[in-house]
Amino acid sequence: MNAAPLAEQIGLRHQSAGNRRNMPYPVLEVRGVTKHFPGVVANRNIDLDLFPGEILAVLGENGAGKSTLMNIICGLHPPTSGSIRVGGRRLECRSPRDAIAAGIAMVHQHFQLVSSMTVLENIVLGAETTRRGILDPATDERGVDELCRRFGGQLDINPQAVIDDLPMAMRLRVEIVKALYRGARILILDEPTAVLTPQETGSLFQLLRGLRNQGTAIIFITHKLREVLDVADRIAVLRQGEVVGHTRPGATTEQAMATMMVGRAPSLTVPKVPGVPGPPMLQVDNLTVHRNDGTTAVDRISFEVHQGEILGLAGGQDNGQTELIGALTGLRPVSSGTVRLNGHDTTHASARRIGREGGTGHIPEDRHTHGMVEGFSVAQNLVLNLCNRPPFTRWGLLRLEAIRAHARRKAAAFDIRATSLEQPLGSLSAGNQQKLVVAREMRDGLPLLIASQPTRGVDVGSVEFIHHQIVQQRNAGQAVLLASYDLDEILALADRIAVMFKGRLIGLSPAAQVDRNRLGLLMAGIPA
Amino acid sequence: MGAVLMAVLGHNPWEAFTGLVAGSAGTAHDLATTVRKTSPFVLTGLSVALAMKAGLFNIGAAGQFLMGSVGAVWVGIQFEGLPVWFHLPLALAAGIGSGSAWGAIPGWLKVSTGAHEVITTVMLNYVAALFAGWTVFAGSTLSTTRPGPLWDPTAGPVSVSPDVLASARIPWILGPSLRIHWGIALALLAALLVWWLMERTRIGFELKTVGAKPLAARYAGMRCGWTTVLAMTWAGGLAGLAGAIETLGVHHKFAPEFGGGVGFESIAIALLGQGYPLGIVLAALLFAVLDAGASKMQFDSGVPSDIIQVIQTLILIFATAPALATWLLNRVSRTQRAAAAAPGLRA
Repeated sequence: MNAAPLAEQIGLRHQSAGNRRNMPYPVLEVRGVTKHFPGVVANRNIDLDLFPGEILAVLGENGAGKSTLMNIICGLHPPTSGSIRVGGRRLECRSPRDAIAAGIAMVHQHFQLVSSMTVLENIVLGAETTRRGILDPATDERGVDELCRRFGGQLDINPQAVIDDLPMAMRLRVEIVKALYRGARILILDEPTAVLTPQETGSLFQLLRGLRNQGTAIIFITHKLREVLDVADRIAVLRQGEVVGHTRPGATTEQAMATMMVGRAPSLTVPKVPGVPGPPMLQVDNLTVHRNDGTTAVDRISFEVHQGEILGLAGGQDNGQTELIGALTGLRPVSSGTVRLNGHDTTHASARRIGREGGTGHIPEDRHTHGMVEGFSVAQNLVLNLCNRPPFTRWGLLRLEAIRAHARRKAAAFDIRATSLEQPLGSLSAGNQQKLVVAREMRDGLPLLIASQPTRGVDVGSVEFIHHQIVQQRNAGQAVLLASYDLDEILALADRIAVMFKGRLIGLSPAAQVDRNRLGLLMAGIPA
Repeated sequence: MGAVLMAVLGHNPWEAFTGLVAGSAGTAHDLATTVRKTSPFVLTGLSVALAMKAGLFNIGAAGQFLMGSVGAVWVGIQFEGLPVWFHLPLALAAGIGSGSAWGAIPGWLKVSTGAHEVITTVMLNYVAALFAGWTVFAGSTLSTTRPGPLWDPTAGPVSVSPDVLASARIPWILGPSLRIHWGIALALLAALLVWWLMERTRIGFELKTVGAKPLAARYAGMRCGWTTVLAMTWAGGLAGLAGAIETLGVHHKFAPEFGGGVGFESIAIALLGQGYPLGIVLAALLFAVLDAGASKMQFDSGVPSDIIQVIQTLILIFATAPALATWLLNRVSRTQRAAAAAPGLRA
């Protein structure tokens, strides 16, 4: 039917095969894949090869089409046109099950583990050995054991441990073993390092190199340019649904990759003048907070955030940052200790009271659960927590023209790209959604801004923008409490840095006196 | 779908369809019936939809409807000598008030104890039905049980209330022969009010936020518990108004059997209307047409009027299971594409 592209495909295949001695056949061939969604072309004529025993990094901003492409490869969406070949055979994917049968496994950004089950149960879930319909865990365990041994102790996990008790790095390992147990030859990792400390990332990379050396083909999706240079064999860059370039770690730099991704040269560092700290705006004294299950999340913490400074709160996930910020913003009860905001006692104040007193801007850790309502319009989301105060309401009535004017102003100032202010927020890209939340929470005249993971899952261009805005708030005299799992972010922005580890606050010191390595050790609970 | 079903059962779908239309709009009288049946559908549909916007599933519209009927009748049969402009609104308000109170109970229970509103509203439906029955209970034959407080002693052994006074009746629109009353205007007004409440007021915005994402509502400093109680109160009020309109406008008295059927239909209408007041008015109209035309259809084509219930259910299935509809459409278009592609392959 379409003869020309076919010839092109053969040509391309010939060419790529010629480029690689020793590895003549790619294990995965993506040919001319195009994917239309109503109103958008998510992928346009994408060609991609993956060879056994290599790590291919796929770089791209949010909305560049990485996730769509990966979802097509692992069978979640059918492509509009084009084909996927695995080991030379055309893959007709109707469901993820077909992709798994073909040896493709994906480790999603949000782990797909049953947290109340053990490691072993999770690994064999859906592929259990049964004898006449009865589970046979002993055989399963031998299988998993053997698999782990084959990768030379790199995958050492206690199979009887319950997922809930494991740190994030271990859960990631479980996901990888799960994929390998199902016979994966192609492993897709979607932003696996987002929740890891630098040391954990290092050992993950070691594991990935081990897998690669044994012939597994790995696609590694990330925003972190440093990691790409560290671990990838080849790099493919996507922009606006197209592959805009291929490169190798030896032949490129972070700046060059960023330029390729964004289409212009973004600045990777934040220009910052030394701050002028004023009086303390947030005073936390001996604060203890419990989790819902009664365990201690925040353990007798004391610190202050001053006007005109950014206090960076580093630390791995589940070390109490979430609960600390919940307590500071009135979303979680305080067990003991005190919180003073701008001199007022807000220890037991509700979010409503803190808000009514002019309180804090709060960029929540997870915009999807707290910060926005997908079905509401851009304009409505921009007044989500402001709708009960003037000028947006009078006599209980919404003042639509004030809300619209506010939305126009914020959208322009924060470069929120929407076709209309009435568009539901859910249809915007992740970067634009986050910019909206940031825009709403950055208000003049507030004593304190709490920014929790302000750039999580956001593209390079938006990260740059959000970082600038945070620094600007600090320059304007706001106190900023920045909590992030991303060390680079903390190092780039904070004036003082502390690490949260198992509910304790350790190593509080001026930013100039700490480096990546020391922070990494502190995050692992090793006082340096 | 309904047509296919009728054909399978050996009836002429076209005859049935024309019968349906004729039965619901053929004569002025039929049309009036349709309009009369629309009002309670609109109001109870709004009741369910409003609760749904706040993230609550109000299965209790039937109970609130009954409480509204009882409240309206209670005021409607007394206070002789009051002017219409005072007595009628008072009776309507009593209906709204008792429906609201009945709706507020599950809302309050949910907030204070966490009891799920589906369970409590269903249970309260039983309580309401028994309570409403008791108020007009004629007493047992051996006179061992006393009659209910609203029972009409002149009705003998029949459990029914006295007629509401003329001053508390909703006036007819085009004279008494058509039996079409101003309740429909009230229902449309209520639809407009609900729309305005949801789109133009702060409390409506908060209600929608609580319904869409309680965590975001809490983050934004909204009062989730209070909003839940309020939403159930309003939902109860709407269903209560439906009950009041039926008793003050159509029956002019209350008997336990008058409340039948609003439970299931109200949920269907709210879902079919996708929660939008205008959609609910149209869905209510459709259900009223089906209801009013059913007997004429049976008479004209011999299709049993029960088929109307089957059609209503089919409508509901397709309205609430978009995945099923999509699957069917895909099947159809794939077949068409295959048919279109076949000659091309041969060439």
